[in-house]
Amino acid sequence: MEDLKQEGSAKTPVVEFSASGELLLKGRSIPENSIEFYKPLIEWIESYSQSPNSATVLNVQLEYFNTSSSKCILDVFKKLESVSGSEVSVKWYYEEDDEDMLEAGEDYEAIIDLPFEMIEVEEI
Amino acid sequence: MKGFIFLFIMRSIYYICYSYMATSTFDLYNLMERNNVLLAFKGTVTSELLESVFQIMESKMDDLNDSPATKKKVFNVLVECLQNLYHHIDDFDNENVVVNPAGDKKSAIFSIIRNEDDYNIVTGNFIYPKNVEDVTSKIDYINSLNRDELKAYYKEVLNNGELSEKGGGGLGLIDIAKKSRNKLQYSFREIDEDYSFFTLTVKILK
Repeated sequence: MEDLKQEGSAKTPVVEFSASGELLLKGRSIPENSIEFYKPLIEWIESYSQSPNSATVLNVQLEYFNTSSSKCILDVFKKLESVSGSEVSVKWYYEEDDEDMLEAGEDYEAIIDLPFEMIEVEEI
Repeated sequence: MKGFIFLFIMRSIYYICYSYMATSTFDLYNLMERNNVLLAFKGTVTSELLESVFQIMESKMDDLNDSPATKKKVFNVLVECLQNLYHHIDDFDNENVVVNPAGDKKSAIFSIIRNEDDYNIVTGNFIYPKNVEDVTSKIDYINSLNRDELKAYYKEVLNNGELSEKGGGGLGLIDIAKKSRNKLQYSFREIDEDYSFFTLTVKILK
């Protein structure tokens, strides 16, 4: 299956979803309407789940995301939650002074039944 | 950068819109200067405009000596406040808005004020009088919650709500209150039987 790659823009993050099971969302996600942006990501996970790698890791390295994106990110997690036959986990990165980003990760962790690792970094 | 940037300040909005007194550009400049306005805009809020405003604000804040944590909070709250305006203004797109003496109802105003101890993000837009009660009760409810309750409410709406066609999820105001760590200040001014004017002020301590 093909990897999914998208360059980042002023309002959307870098996307690198690899069939090897390494998935990356990096940058900022603040489009006015994020449904359109996240649709291909969710579809990609859907096809990936047909024959997933034994381990799947979603790396979320977001500097900012808006509330429109927060719903779509939840949908991405929910899609990953439904992938069977793979150990799926999430690495949630946040900058050291960014309490809100850590909190957001903890919110998802509480809602989603996947292991989350919170990783503090100096800069995303 | 598309459109005109009119350098108006929120505190003078009624003065400018409804008074017949002449306001000179210099008066406006002084008013904005006195009120520590970083950026102000009046006009139609488009996606392209917001992209420019976010870029301008980021580079302005890079030049100021605020902590990275403050910059993040201000930027986050700004994005939500302005995208709230954007989503709201779309509501009027579906109807034939008659331009009455109060002007174009799709037009909005916002300003970003940087004081010594805090930032204020102020937005103003027209809303239908029938929606005033809804918005009032929503904000009053949010303001009645303490931080932990607000966090729980956010999580509940995140998990249960649906995105509207335009991508709004009803989370905007909750997120603004949560991230600003302050109560939302608001007011309504009745224009006529068809429209009211809604002003929201969000304070973010530095």
